[in-house]
Amino acid sequence: MNAEREVALRLVGVSKTHGEGATAVAALTDIDLDVARGELVALMGPSGSGKSTLLNIAGGLDGPDAGEVTVMGRRLDTADVRERARMRRQQVGYVFQDYNLVAALTAVENVALPRELDGTRPRRARRQAMEALEAVGIADLASRYPDDMSGGQRQRVAIARALVGPRSIVLADEPTGALDSVTGEEVMAILRARVDAGAAGLLVTHEPRFAAWSDRTVFLRDGRVVDATRPAGDVTELLVTDR
Amino acid sequence: MSIRLGIMALLAEEPMYGYQVRQEFESRTGGTWPLNVGQVYTTIGRLVRDRLVETASQGEAGHREGDDADTRETERYRLTATGRAEVGRWWRTPVRRDVPARDELTIKLALAVTVPGVDVGAIVQIQRNETMRALREYTLLKARADRAAHAVGGSDAGASSGNDLAWSLLLDNLVFMAEAEMRWLDHIESRLARAARSRSMRPAASDGVPRDTSAPASGVAGGAARAGDAW
Repeated sequence: MNAEREVALRLVGVSKTHGEGATAVAALTDIDLDVARGELVALMGPSGSGKSTLLNIAGGLDGPDAGEVTVMGRRLDTADVRERARMRRQQVGYVFQDYNLVAALTAVENVALPRELDGTRPRRARRQAMEALEAVGIADLASRYPDDMSGGQRQRVAIARALVGPRSIVLADEPTGALDSVTGEEVMAILRARVDAGAAGLLVTHEPRFAAWSDRTVFLRDGRVVDATRPAGDVTELLVTDR
Repeated sequence: MSIRLGIMALLAEEPMYGYQVRQEFESRTGGTWPLNVGQVYTTIGRLVRDRLVETASQGEAGHREGDDADTRETERYRLTATGRAEVGRWWRTPVRRDVPARDELTIKLALAVTVPGVDVGAIVQIQRNETMRALREYTLLKARADRAAHAVGGSDAGASSGNDLAWSLLLDNLVFMAEAEMRWLDHIESRLARAARSRSMRPAASDGVPRDTSAPASGVAGGAARAGDAW
């Protein structure tokens, strides 16, 4: 899709069925999706349309029944459990609606955690964590605990964690869901800035105004892509005075 | 939108020349509703006639009438006491919402579901793409405006930052309107899907519409794995 840009995440013909026999439900059917670095793709669709399943498969939390999943040029679907876990730790980060921060750890410790779990030495992990916090504009809150932070600040920590160190793919599941509209916008601006800086982003949201921060929107219904908008071009002369 | 009241609201601030009224109106509303000069002068002429507005020199000795061509170019206009009271009433009165604006999309879809042989689903998809495109453009414009405002910094208070806020809020309005339209389109699609499903459930009316499988399937498998694993 983006010939000039490196494809970070590629799904080809991905299908997934939940359950078996008579109660089997096709959660995803024949999904093709590319997300390049520097690109944010939004997934929209009603509940039960397969958005979360797609996100989980993209992140290696769940395996497809058919099709290929490639993360930074490496097949995820054929990798063994250990290899998959390693690729997740090194390449892919999640951002959830409810932040999923560890309450007993400070912001910088939260962000450093995936690096340390990956075997990075604590000092180096901390340095990478500080860089990631810097990138989302809250380096000054590094030693705060999640409970002493606002929702928007916590979500920034989560974005920093998702993209700490070598990680370049962020999978965001309703990241603005718990935030008021102004804070939600700020978080989207941060996510967009991180993507513009070279990350690849896949965003699940049911709010069109947050999906509008993406380059493309893919609409899912009953596990199929029913519609996909074209990549955003330059802003046309929409209004009389563009300031 | 009442241009008349918009112009009066501007004149409540200070006396202005006609071209100035036009400039201010456009800059404060982000150029979303361009006014032509003729419109402005015609409206001001009527306001003068109705004694809501007067020329700034009126009341002074040798005042001139406010609606000949010369006066238009060279005179500043200001609100009369009556005009000021009317603007005050405008701020205090809610904008009526019981008369819906005539909207082409609303009418188009109302017709689409009633005229035989129209593919409503396709209309919804095409429109959703367009609305999403517009929504994305508003979002880009807003992000750009907000970045510019931040770059200027808080020091530049006053008129310019007030106009920036007006522009940003105006874009917000377009964003929320587009979002509402998106929601409505999604809603139409869901209702059509449900109607198709209930038709196909009836044994007599098996029209080949595939059975829908929108069970709440997703998220179940991921939920468990997520807890400890998904940072």
